[in-house]
Amino acid sequence: MVLEIIQLTVYGIVLGSIISLGAIGLSLLYGILRFAHFAHGDVMTVGAYLALAGVTGLGLPIWAASALAVGGGVGLAVLIDQTLYRRLRRTAPVILLIASVGIALILRSLVQFVWGPDTQVYTQELQMPVRLLGIRLKPTQLQIVAGAVILVVILHLFLTRTRTGKAMRAMADNPELARIVGIDTELVVVWTWVIGAALAVAAGIFLGMDTRLQPTMGWHILLPVFAAAILGGIGKPYGAIVGGMVVGIASELSTMVFPPVYKPAVAFALMVVMLLVRPTGLFGAPR
Amino acid sequence: MSLLSMTRLRGGYGGADILNGIDLRVEAGEIVVVVGPNGAGKSTAMKAVFGLVDIREGRLVFDGVDITRLRSDRLARLGISYVPQESNVFASMTVHENLEMGAFIRRDDFSGQLARVYDIFPPLKEKRASRAGSLSGGQRQMVAIARALMLEPRLLLLDEPTAGLSPAFTELIFEKIVEINAGGTSILMVEQNAKQALGLAHRGYVLTLGANRYEDTGANLLANREVAEMFLGG
Repeated sequence: MVLEIIQLTVYGIVLGSIISLGAIGLSLLYGILRFAHFAHGDVMTVGAYLALAGVTGLGLPIWAASALAVGGGVGLAVLIDQTLYRRLRRTAPVILLIASVGIALILRSLVQFVWGPDTQVYTQELQMPVRLLGIRLKPTQLQIVAGAVILVVILHLFLTRTRTGKAMRAMADNPELARIVGIDTELVVVWTWVIGAALAVAAGIFLGMDTRLQPTMGWHILLPVFAAAILGGIGKPYGAIVGGMVVGIASELSTMVFPPVYKPAVAFALMVVMLLVRPTGLFGAPR
Repeated sequence: MSLLSMTRLRGGYGGADILNGIDLRVEAGEIVVVVGPNGAGKSTAMKAVFGLVDIREGRLVFDGVDITRLRSDRLARLGISYVPQESNVFASMTVHENLEMGAFIRRDDFSGQLARVYDIFPPLKEKRASRAGSLSGGQRQMVAIARALMLEPRLLLLDEPTAGLSPAFTELIFEKIVEINAGGTSILMVEQNAKQALGLAHRGYVLTLGANRYEDTGANLLANREVAEMFLGG
């Protein structure tokens, strides 16, 4: 019983790492643009498949393929923003939201068109789980958690040490004042897409490593990612990390009681309860 | 030549005009105070200087340069700093980061100015690692003014710098304004505490309905019976 709880918590941390990386980007984008980006899950999918193309098509090792995929995913996100979202920024928020749902469908269809609807994997090699004090853990799962930690540390250094990172926080905090002090807000927006998309691509690749690649993988994880962002207080990237961990661990632990297909429902329930009890998130000021 | 001159300015926020032909000027080295009842367009006049208002007619000239249609970041580069009345700090960032953001457009070494700003507001030095949102209203106002000073502006625009502050803090902020002015920065300020503000101003303007009503030295406005009855509470 205790061992099972620990085992599931470990799986929860793995899932939470993936969800967190997606939720950070979603939260940053919301903080800067006041825009709930519904295509974020599908950016994850595109990233995962770009890495697949690198591994199976070009025969690259997964880390090199990942770097390529990050580049491709970032380029795509900035392109979509500059050609579509940018023109819609001055319209009603709901139009931007619907546009992002459209982008989500387009991206998913493109992935399905290029790579087909069947599930795929990065490697056919059998992963032998390591046993540590009775806990089973696959090497890929360790890599996922380590990768997420490294990315979060880099993000933290970027946000607290660099001029651009600070400008990003300033704009999320007070857009009017950011303009008054002379911050180029459009440049900050581009940077936000770069960071958000890079983390989403990483999350997509990790998701593909942990399970399998499917054209709907990103769309299916979007709800837990949103739940994590809202739990952490949308617009707060650090909150999104905690929110991701809470959603990940709660989802895995719920499999002790409910069948695993209900994992997204658990995330959704957490989000609803949070919105009812504390709409500003775990770290927000209570209203 | 005046440092700043506003000539027959008309404009607003897209709807009806709020400014109905205001004339206003600031000479180098002056403290100029704008007073008037609510809705007189005082804050709008100040925002107009900083490029935040749709100007329909009239002209703004700063140090010989026509700034009527310039964007805020260009104005900052010319040497104008603006402190809005509300949400004028980055609440989630530290005091120190707020000051760094104030110097955002500077590419040179601003450590000297940072030290000077901390000298003007010693409490901020102690609180440099605290989040601005956790400070008291008076300290937050210090952060806002200190942030604006990071550009070493020639003209500082202050929108009701003492609004909502205790009498003690109001006194302190006014002292700091005089100190900043003595350091060579010209100041254009909108104030509710009209008596105190006119007391330290070189010149003042009384606005009503988006237009000039009176214009005189601070001392003369204070002595003017009509002004006193209208705005200074007798």
